[in-house]
Amino acid sequence: MSSTSRAMRQSFGLRFASGSFLVLWSIIAAFPIMWIAIMSFKSPVDAFADSPWQVIMGPATKAAGNGLSIIDIVLGLAVLFFTIRWAFTRLPGLIKTYAAGPFVALGWIVGAAAYAVVFLLVFFGLLPLILGPLNSVLGPLGEPVLGMTTQHYVSVWVENQFYRNFLNSMLVTAGVVLISLTVGTLAGYGLARSGSDLAFWLLIVALVFRALPHSVLVAGYLPWFINSAEILRPIFGDLSPTLYGQPWAVIAVLVAINQPFTIWMLRSFFQNIPAELDEAARVDGCSHFQAFRRVIMPVMWPGVITTGLFSFLLGYNDFLVTSLLLDAQNQTMVPAIAGYFNRETTTTDQVEAVAAAVSITAPLFLLVMVFQRQIVSGLTAGAVKG
Amino acid sequence: MKFKTFAAFVGPSIFMMILFIALPLVSVFVESFRNTYDLREQIEVETCTPGFLTQTCVTEVKNVPKLDEDGKTIKITEWTGLESYRNVLQMDKFWEAVKSGNFGDILQIDFWKALRFTLMFTLLTLPLVVGVGLIIALTVNNAARAIRGPVIFISLLPFIITPVIGSLSIYWLFVGDGILTSMMERWTGTNISMFAQSWTIEFLMYFYRVWHVAPFAFVIFYAGLQTVNMDTLESAVIDGANRFERLRYVIIPHLMPLIVFIALIHLMDCYRVFEEIIGFRSQAHVISLQWLTYDFLTPDDSGSRAISRASASAMLTMIGIVFLLILPLRRTWRDHKGGTH
Repeated sequence: MSSTSRAMRQSFGLRFASGSFLVLWSIIAAFPIMWIAIMSFKSPVDAFADSPWQVIMGPATKAAGNGLSIIDIVLGLAVLFFTIRWAFTRLPGLIKTYAAGPFVALGWIVGAAAYAVVFLLVFFGLLPLILGPLNSVLGPLGEPVLGMTTQHYVSVWVENQFYRNFLNSMLVTAGVVLISLTVGTLAGYGLARSGSDLAFWLLIVALVFRALPHSVLVAGYLPWFINSAEILRPIFGDLSPTLYGQPWAVIAVLVAINQPFTIWMLRSFFQNIPAELDEAARVDGCSHFQAFRRVIMPVMWPGVITTGLFSFLLGYNDFLVTSLLLDAQNQTMVPAIAGYFNRETTTTDQVEAVAAAVSITAPLFLLVMVFQRQIVSGLTAGAVKG
Repeated sequence: MKFKTFAAFVGPSIFMMILFIALPLVSVFVESFRNTYDLREQIEVETCTPGFLTQTCVTEVKNVPKLDEDGKTIKITEWTGLESYRNVLQMDKFWEAVKSGNFGDILQIDFWKALRFTLMFTLLTLPLVVGVGLIIALTVNNAARAIRGPVIFISLLPFIITPVIGSLSIYWLFVGDGILTSMMERWTGTNISMFAQSWTIEFLMYFYRVWHVAPFAFVIFYAGLQTVNMDTLESAVIDGANRFERLRYVIIPHLMPLIVFIALIHLMDCYRVFEEIIGFRSQAHVISLQWLTYDFLTPDDSGSRAISRASASAMLTMIGIVFLLILPLRRTWRDHKGGTH
């Protein structure tokens, strides 16, 4: 900080005030999420206790035989630490060696998924196996001190078959991201390279579409989707599908809702790529499409990844469209949790809802961790270009 | 670029948007003027239960859907004109309330209640989001480089979290004997229940929205701050401008386009406020326009959906967003004109 001139330097009071504000903001930002994560590992009595100390230490959970000893905590934290560290050091290297060029994005997805599975196996499978005998040998160090249980996660994912909702969510999200990006990159490129009035009007219409509340659109789909079998009968005969309740129909709807945003964002990324680049390719004899595919796309990956992240968030976080267009058997995760929560019969149900909520937040957490820079630069690119 | 190439590139996207955005809008418009319902008939049903000595029989009149030969319910569609709008707006009650001077009665009608909340929500959180976002951006910009990364990471969490889950996570802190409610009870010595009256729920909703969107504003302002011209800033210092004056006359004007951008996005997103109502379960007290349409579209106890009312309320919602967007769109049009000529 010695490079800043004397006049720009800040007084102690100002530094102190801005520092404390940052601490306060960090607490406000992280506390609700962190707190429900803690709650999800406690028995209902502890999770809804009115003293924070009791929620953190979980005496009732410990009394029920679900406690962690000091050794457990130390080893568990060590595993967590190395998992996070290796995620930033070794994992990128491995992915670079095995996936090249256009497959980098796919490599990241596969790599991250495999990494997550290995972590889950080590953390919840291997670690308890080692720690069981170790605790009984170590005496006082092996005595449980902190109440903690994963039983809510087990009952949510295994007994309540939450994995079905998870698979549905994955299907919808993957579909939304793939189709959005394919259609969106083409349109974004076309709009960025054409300076015509028509392109401008298309962007304005897209902006208006972006502003539409989703319920307005769903009000338009619902009657058609419910009666789709009868409407489509003249075309497909008796095999005509009912669109209501079909994940792929929801994908199409979400892609359409996402399109205005996607083309705005991708257009601003394409505008950052100098037009000389594709002109040179055209001089060398490429058609527009070849120039797009061979010259422009390879330098567009950062933009595509960023836009993909936001499409992912739209598909993954959506409540309104999925809850109205999918039936109860075929729900994605977010409406399923709201359903849990509305049952509200016992406090156990509530803690299970909390556990389900925390587990759907975990992938988002990872996403921010890995792609923080892309998210920040993506938001900025969208903003600066308007 | 030739028109044909342009059309080939943009075509698929336009097709999607026409099929899944423009056509549904036309459908909404048409549906809002007509009503489709099941033809129902009243039949007498005698139900008997075994009683002591004799059976006890009750005859009741039941309202059941009439079936055609195939065993399907007969649907009737008729043009109703503005009937659905009248049902949603309830203008007669509205004028009655205005005439009698009981303006509070207007807010008993769902649509007006939703409109009041949606507009207040949008307009009240707007300055808060811009203000809080700006303060975070300025303080992070002041902070040492080493802590910027972690702070940005933590700040992104509220923005990226699923909105329903985010509002639930705050709900759980306050519900019943939630951890923050009991803390406040200990401080004030009174019994507090945050979800028993509407103003506390509304307050939490405002808080949630600022918590959720301020990070977005922060990231964008933070990026804008990196491009502030240091020379201008230093000459301002030499001219004797204090910190506040530098902020007022150099930094804020530099960030103005970004502030307009945030305001525009916020206007669009806040106008469709919805997830908070699910998360805080405030249906009984506070509702929004988008929730109203959602509620009409959700099947009721008999399994039927009020499509035509939903369409009417959707049309009214849309008229609102057009009003909100007129000013920014006119500005964009003028910029475009200025740019080309």
